[in-house]
Amino acid sequence: MPVLQSATGRSWQHRSGRQRLIAWFGWLALVALVVFAWQVMTRDTIWAFVADAPRQAADIGERMFPPRWGYMERLWQPLWDTLNIATLGTLLALFVAVPVAFLAARNTTPSVRFVRPAALLLIVASRSINSLIWALLLVSILGPGLLAGILAIALRSIGFIGKLLYEAIEEIDASQVEAVAATGASGAQVLDYAIAPQIMPAFAGITVFRWDINIRESTVLGLVGAGGIGLELSHSLNTLAWPQVTLIFIVILGTVVLSEWVSARVRHAII
Amino acid sequence: MSGPRQTAALAVAPGYPTTWKRPPFIASAAWRYALYAAVLAYLVVGLGSVEVNWTRVWEGIPRGWAFLSAFFSPDFTSRGGDIWLGLQESLTMTLTATVAGILLAIPVGVGAARNLAPAPVYAACRAVVALSRSFQEIVIAILFVAMVGFGPLAGFLTLSFATVGFIAKLLAEDIEDLDERQVEAVRATGASWLQWVNYAVQPQVMPRLIGLSLYRLDINFRESAVIGIVGAGGIGATLNTAIDRYEFDSAAAVLLIIIAIVMVSEYVSGAVRKWVQ
Repeated sequence: MPVLQSATGRSWQHRSGRQRLIAWFGWLALVALVVFAWQVMTRDTIWAFVADAPRQAADIGERMFPPRWGYMERLWQPLWDTLNIATLGTLLALFVAVPVAFLAARNTTPSVRFVRPAALLLIVASRSINSLIWALLLVSILGPGLLAGILAIALRSIGFIGKLLYEAIEEIDASQVEAVAATGASGAQVLDYAIAPQIMPAFAGITVFRWDINIRESTVLGLVGAGGIGLELSHSLNTLAWPQVTLIFIVILGTVVLSEWVSARVRHAII
Repeated sequence: MSGPRQTAALAVAPGYPTTWKRPPFIASAAWRYALYAAVLAYLVVGLGSVEVNWTRVWEGIPRGWAFLSAFFSPDFTSRGGDIWLGLQESLTMTLTATVAGILLAIPVGVGAARNLAPAPVYAACRAVVALSRSFQEIVIAILFVAMVGFGPLAGFLTLSFATVGFIAKLLAEDIEDLDERQVEAVRATGASWLQWVNYAVQPQVMPRLIGLSLYRLDINFRESAVIGIVGAGGIGATLNTAIDRYEFDSAAAVLLIIIAIVMVSEYVSGAVRKWVQ
């Protein structure tokens, strides 16, 4: 930490002059980049619409209340579908993600050079693409409906569960594996008695965590036609039925809060 | 030696277990079978309520195959202009929204930390965080598109709003976990509240804040690919159009670009985070 000597005495400073200069230019570059990005972004913006936004917001807000409570009876079925999309999608993802995680973990993969990169690529590809985009694709391929939603959730979850699980596998205690292997256990027995018990808590935690996220994501999959409550949201938005939209928002909020509570409780019980 | 005789004696010793079984997942057998039954019942009912139009799925198989093979011959050129425009929008939107979101998130995050803010401020800031975090980006995007019209500005507003909740929550948690000794030491010099935050709190949370910001930059880019579906600009709009027209080779090109950018940004942010900490 540099100490400056000046006429009034010694004063302490956090950084030296050179460091401050570098930091200052760094910030300047960032600000310039942001301003440039802003200008590129707003090239085609129609500012008259933007100026009108507060009035529009007030107008929508006014139309949204009160929510149309009577609409609720038509929401139970889509809500059940949403729950199914999230749960069945998570289960389906587990069947693929678990083997992929074992192939991707450095200490269990059959080949570090060939199999591991392929498994990692699968994980990255699945993780980079949002479930809505998967749903968009699947609806175009398989047609609209719950199946597209379930598969979309599963495809997105494989990467998430696979990544966290293979990291958990890589962190296991090797001495337990050695102890079981020393009894003459086969590879499958080692997996069953030495590795599986060690990753079980992590596995359960990850699964419940992902299920919680999937509930959240499956509420909007319907916007692209993949079933669930999002489908009703899409219909209500298209017909500008704002009181119904409000009710759907409330239902989504309730579901999300509930699933978060359930997942927090389960994870608390496991760990 | 009496070895064999002794072993035989051991094997027949009363009450000595000769086999081992691992303890079950749930100790009580009744609860265990009840759980299995519940899971089975759910699967039957759940799978039963999924209606699948198998003829439509059957028709879709060649289309799915066309999509998969498009990944090996992606078409970057015939929709090149649209892809470039969408990418520009996505990248600019990501950067500006992350910066704006973080600037707004810092005061909210400080306000949402229990050890720094008075109770009314704490409650207000926590409410902002909860509101921003409980809705999906795409739902917020729908509302902003309705307010300011189609285009990347709606996307910018959406991503900024979502960034505020994300960063503020994690920042507040980090501030609550501060090392109290450093905070007290600065307090003891007679520092004002502002000086206190600047010299005791900020240096401690800065590395994590930078890490979180980079992480959020990553998330915002991914989200910018999605919110285009509802008209909030970005590469998602390009992708949506390509898929709607069954132009799978262009769609594959867009997806490959997204995957590549996400991979690069993940690598860069990982490297920067390692360097900061």
